[in-house]
This record gives sequence, C-alpha cells and structure tokens, in this order.
Amino acid sequence: MVLTRVIPCLQLIDDSLVKTVKFDKPGYIGDPINTVRIFNELEVDELCFLDIRATQENRTPNFNILRQIADECFMPLAYGGGIRDAETAQRILSTGFEKIVLNSVTFGNPNIITDIANHSGVQSVVVSIDVKRNFWGKYVVYSHDGKKKQEVDLMTWVKQVEEYGAGELLLTSMDRDGTWSGYDIDLIAKISNAVSIPVIANGGAGSIAHIGKAVHEGSASAVALGSMVVYQQKGMGVLVNFPDKVKLLEVLK
Amino acid sequence: MITIIEYGLGNLGSVVNMFKKVGVKAEVVSDLERIKDASKILLPGVGAFDAAVSRIDEGGYREVLNQKALVDKVPVLGICLGMQLLTTRSEEGVLSGLDWIKADTIKFSFGSDSKLKIPHMGWNFVQKNNSSPLTDNLPDDSRFYFVHSYFVKCRNEENSLMKTIYDIEYDSVITNGSNIFGAQFHPEKSHKYGMQLFKNFAAL
Repeated sequence: MVLTRVIPCLQLIDDSLVKTVKFDKPGYIGDPINTVRIFNELEVDELCFLDIRATQENRTPNFNILRQIADECFMPLAYGGGIRDAETAQRILSTGFEKIVLNSVTFGNPNIITDIANHSGVQSVVVSIDVKRNFWGKYVVYSHDGKKKQEVDLMTWVKQVEEYGAGELLLTSMDRDGTWSGYDIDLIAKISNAVSIPVIANGGAGSIAHIGKAVHEGSASAVALGSMVVYQQKGMGVLVNFPDKVKLLEVLK
Repeated sequence: MITIIEYGLGNLGSVVNMFKKVGVKAEVVSDLERIKDASKILLPGVGAFDAAVSRIDEGGYREVLNQKALVDKVPVLGICLGMQLLTTRSEEGVLSGLDWIKADTIKFSFGSDSKLKIPHMGWNFVQKNNSSPLTDNLPDDSRFYFVHSYFVKCRNEENSLMKTIYDIEYDSVITNGSNIFGAQFHPEKSHKYGMQLFKNFAAL
C-alpha cells in the first residue's frame, strides 16, 4: 500500500532558508544545500522548496541553487516561488525537479496550470492555496506571501484549480503556520472531500500525532512539515531533523 | 558506459546524477549514430504515451533501438514511461509501443467510493515474482517512488519480475527474459534502493 508522504516544506528567501510564523517574522535557518544533504542522509521521502518572497520581490527562481539542490537529492523535489510562465516551469523541471508549485500567478493566469500540465504532465503541477480565517471565522484565500486577499470563494477556487489541471493541492493554513499547534483539520477535511486530486496538508504540524490526525481525520493524502524539521523543539534552536520513521509508520497505518 | 536516450521527453538530470553517485559512467545521447554504438541503454520518459512514441518514430529512434535491443541484444532498462514504451500498446494512446515485451499499459480506474487518487504517486513496495540479476539482491522491504496514471500487465507471467499493489496488483518490473528490462518507478528518485537497481543494471 502507498505510504502517506511526509514532506519537509522549506522556505527560501533567495538563497537562504528561513522559517515564518503565521506568514511573518522569517527567522534564518541556514544554507539550503547543507540542509538538503542532511535530508538525503535521513532518506526523507520528498522535499519541497518555496521561495516565499520571489513574486513580491519580482525575482525569478535562483537556478544556481536549484541545480545544486537537484544534484544532491535522490528523492522527489518540488519548487515554488516566482514562477510566472510555462518556460520557467519547464526549466525548473529540466534541472531535476519533479514538481513546480504555483500560487500568485494562478489568480491572474489560471491557464498556466493547464499549459504546464499539458506539457509536462499533471503530476508536475502543484497549486498552492494559502488560507486565513477572517473575523467571522470564514476561510479567505490569500496570495503574494499572504499579503494580497483574493475575492474568490475558497470552495469555488479549489474546484476550478482542479479543473484547470492541477495534479495536487498544497493547502496552507496561514493561522497555523509556525505555531506547532496542529493542522487545521476542518480546513483539510473540507477541501480533501471536495476534490479528487491529492491534498497536502500544510501549516501547524508540531508532533507525529498531528500528522496522524491530518491523515485520518482530515483525509490528507500527504502532509508537509515546516518548523518540526528545522527546529529542535518549539522555542528551541535550529536543528535539521525528521520525525522517527518507526513512530511515523505506527501513526500512519 | 550507459547511454541514456534523449528523445525529447523526460528529466534526465537526476538519472545522470545517480549513475555518477554510484560510480557508473553515463551519457545523454540523442544522436542516432552514437546510439548505434551503445553497449547499454537506458530509456527514460515522463509524459504521455503517444507523445513519446511520436518522437521515437519521427526521430528515427525506433529502427535503431530495435536493432540494439532485439538483434545486438544490449542490456536495456526502460523507466517510468520508458517501461510503458516497451509494451505492445497503451490505453493512453493509439500508437504502438516498441512491443519488446508482450504486455498492455492500462489506465488506473477506481470506483467512485474509492479513496485512492490517480496518479499513483508516492513511495510503494515491490514483491519479487521471478528471479533476475537486476532485482535478486534488492532487499525485501525495498520501496520506490512511483508516479503514474497507467500500469502495465504482462500477458505472460514469466515476464513479470516484480509486482506492486495499488488497489490492484500490477507488474512494476518487467523483462523479456534476457536483455530487456522495465521499471515503472523512478529509480533516480528512490534513494539507496534506486542506486542498487542502477548498480545492478550497470553490472549486467
């Protein structure tokens, strides 16, 4: 049976690894290449890199770093951040990445999802959706590193994105990001049950138990980890790590 | 030296890198004349069946590959779409595969109440079905990274080297019984398990 994927989701600002809390206060983590080497040794299932400021700072992907990362890694890789056109996406895939992650660009140009899916296969396109609850508790969609509110209704958007040809959804709770308080299970369940493509739960993981909940109660197809894999514990220093595989297997089966 | 066929589909960076990591010389080749000199061939592929077959036919690769695989009998390993190309036909398209192994490539389809997603994407296990120098020394708990929406079923059991289960059981590693092999998963994305497979292929 397929094992649920547990994916370290690493935030980049240009060529530095950082970690945010609720999409704010990025703290410096370290050099991405060294971090990749550690995850390689730990035989992690998959890695995802997101350059969280690329679109805002009008930067294109740092191909030098991407090439170095791809050269080091022997597991599936995803990259997102500042991808604006299919050519850039193809270039990233050719560098050795399996998947590209799209967010901000999809709101003005959703056809890019279809273009890339048609050219490189649906499995190469992950659409990332960042969600925050508003004052009344309603889920609101944001883009541009959580700075730009989108008017589209969340449920409408996820279904549209699926129709445009996304292979997977990376669903991030902005409220839970960096808090170690657990995933937003309601959010994950709502979206997982609305689409037939895999949903990767992101934002809030603080323990192996949280991972279990996201899968069993939220029906997440995969889970992303942020703070858990770059810090020793909540409130403690940087330590690149990965949860104990035996304990993970116990919770995921 | 492993000749990795560049016919226009597939990301070859990781494949080259993994061979380099295990100390095996590998080169990416699109030129037909150079392929004629190949002593070991790796056929990669990511994407749609007909798109791949068209490129293989239009580029003149089919004739050269048939010669190398069926007459010269050099070791050949097809990975992912490359394995599906070894089969007779695919439900994904209308064109004919290389037909080096009598097998069919079929679309995954599950009932509406199934929780399984398509494509089959993620790490999964393999079970040994028949013996071969390519697969014999792989540990029993080997796992590999799969990404595919179509699966292969051999028409003859002896061609099925390893099986995998994703709701149904299908053939994840196939062979023609001598020099031709196919692996549905991505060895270049499967850590030490992929490295072992590549080492075994290089040693054939």
